[in-house]
Amino acid sequence: MSTRSPAPAPEHRGHDQAARHDPIYDELVQTEEFKEVRRRTGVFTIPATAIFLGWYLLYVLMSNWAHGFMSTKVFGHVNVALIFGLLQFVSTFLIAWLYARHMNNHVDDLAHGLDVRYNEEKTR
Amino acid sequence: MSSQTLTAVLFIAVVVVTIAITFWASRSGQSGTTDYYAGGRNFSGFQNGMAVSGDYMSAASFLGISGLIALNGYDGFLYSIGFLVAWLVALLLVAELLRNSGRYTMADQLAFRMRQRPVRTAAATSTVVVSIFYLLAQMVGAGALVTLLLDVQSDSLKALTIVGVGILMIFYVTVGGMKGTTWVQIVKAVLLMSGTVLITVLVLAKFNFNISDMLHTASTNTGKGEAFLQPGLKYGVSTTSKIDFLSLGLALVLGTAGLPHILIRFYTVPSAKAARKSVLWAIGLIGSFYLMTLVLGFGAAALLDTGADSKVAASGGNLASPLLAEEVGGGAGSNGGAILLALISAVAFATILAVVAGLTLTSASSVAHDLYATVFKRGKASEKDEVKVARVAAFVIGGIAIALAIPAQKLNIAFLVALAFAVAASANLPSLLYNLFWKRFNTRGAVWAIYGGLTTCLVLVFFSPVVSGSETALVTNHDWHWFPLSNPGIISIPAGFILGWLGTITSKEPEAEDRYTELEVRAFTGAGAEGAILH
Repeated sequence: MSTRSPAPAPEHRGHDQAARHDPIYDELVQTEEFKEVRRRTGVFTIPATAIFLGWYLLYVLMSNWAHGFMSTKVFGHVNVALIFGLLQFVSTFLIAWLYARHMNNHVDDLAHGLDVRYNEEKTR
Repeated sequence: MSSQTLTAVLFIAVVVVTIAITFWASRSGQSGTTDYYAGGRNFSGFQNGMAVSGDYMSAASFLGISGLIALNGYDGFLYSIGFLVAWLVALLLVAELLRNSGRYTMADQLAFRMRQRPVRTAAATSTVVVSIFYLLAQMVGAGALVTLLLDVQSDSLKALTIVGVGILMIFYVTVGGMKGTTWVQIVKAVLLMSGTVLITVLVLAKFNFNISDMLHTASTNTGKGEAFLQPGLKYGVSTTSKIDFLSLGLALVLGTAGLPHILIRFYTVPSAKAARKSVLWAIGLIGSFYLMTLVLGFGAAALLDTGADSKVAASGGNLASPLLAEEVGGGAGSNGGAILLALISAVAFATILAVVAGLTLTSASSVAHDLYATVFKRGKASEKDEVKVARVAAFVIGGIAIALAIPAQKLNIAFLVALAFAVAASANLPSLLYNLFWKRFNTRGAVWAIYGGLTTCLVLVFFSPVVSGSETALVTNHDWHWFPLSNPGIISIPAGFILGWLGTITSKEPEAEDRYTELEVRAFTGAGAEGAILH
């Protein structure tokens, strides 16, 4: 258990947020490792979110307002609209897989290191 | 054995197996709140992935989507796509961060740095509302199934079924808690996937696995021609309906990451990494499932009568999958048809029971943990009392859903669930994202975002053609609608985000900004996050 008591700073009295505030977090947030965890996570998630939302919205808008193009037959009775819809499945699987790979390779170890450091400081 | 006896036997088997699981789960250590709410946080990523899929592939997906495709052709496909792409929002922006910063309910994450009482009250309110919309849809599915199986159009019988499902659901939740509910979901996911694979293969076999052939038959059999395979049959008729389609599309893609019963699933695993794994499994399972519902929908259009007077149309499309199973088994009156119909109906029934249990548990947990323990008892409730309140809440919420489901029988289930998605995206997603990524965000912002998004959404639905002024409306003898869209997402989701922003910038709360440091470090690294309970 912690030897320092996680007492809230005096100006926090009267604010009924969950009663924990540990100064360890103020140290961790300043570390280069933490800034790196945040940066590397954002490097993937921000553009990826923009891409998949944009791609999905394009699909919805084209279904509405590009009827002619979407109805073009590609082969047999399979048209562009169906292929476009199926490509949304492909892109979802792909982005999910790339995300997991990115986090495994570039973020997890750093984040785990900070977690370990937190536990060490807690028990010291 | 007659087909009705067979159906009865299979239904009873589903009920007995799920009850057995619930008892088994309740015997292995169920005293504390972590056990009751979060299943001890001991489920593996794969197990939880199955359970998440089980929670998500509700009657809306199995009965609703295939029905919409069978009736409206290509336009129904948007549901499958929106429901799936939505998982990327959950995976990339929410799942892991939430796992690290919360404990039992959606509100925990907000209460971490805000004034607990107002934010917990707000979050509990929206949790209960979303869950009731979702429950309603499942109950409607149960009513439709029974009508089909017993081949009678009796309103009192439907009502009786809905009450029966309600009683079972209260049992699962009060006895089994999160652990029992999770195992019920896992079993259900396996049953549903197997049943769907079977019917999909049988349907495709009818067309020698030639998809183009199946599509062509669907377009000719429905008499709608090529338009059946193109976007716009249902939503392309006017500018208003096109905007309705866009509104629906937004609600679908942004709703998942705000669904309380999905969010609390991430608390059942020991770490953020396991939460990520569960979403990856869920995306794989749910994605393959939706690809199959495409075959079920077009298959039903190709092989069944879906005209205006057909059974499929009368049920709002909800009965397309079970009737399709009967058809590919050899048709009505044949043994094969009877067996497959009974089998698929039992699977649909298991699906409904499991989802209903998950939803009730979620809202009961929120009432007990957020409202009772924190708001009323100011954190001084014993764990035992809290669990007791959760059980009582399950009763009450179940009762409300039962009462509302009885008049909603004509509405398509997927459509009803899309309304739940709109509420989730408008009321929950803004505060969730702001809280995780915006340091300045504070209590007033959270409260305005939740109540603002929720109210906008409910008011617009109330004045929409869903409630009055259309053929399938809940109220048919009056018309007070003025809002033209059936899904309010396009207005209510931005409203939630704007109100959250407005509330934040019009108030100062240095404590919330200060505590953001702790939330941020914890969310991104797991330092100090809640651990698993080892028995």
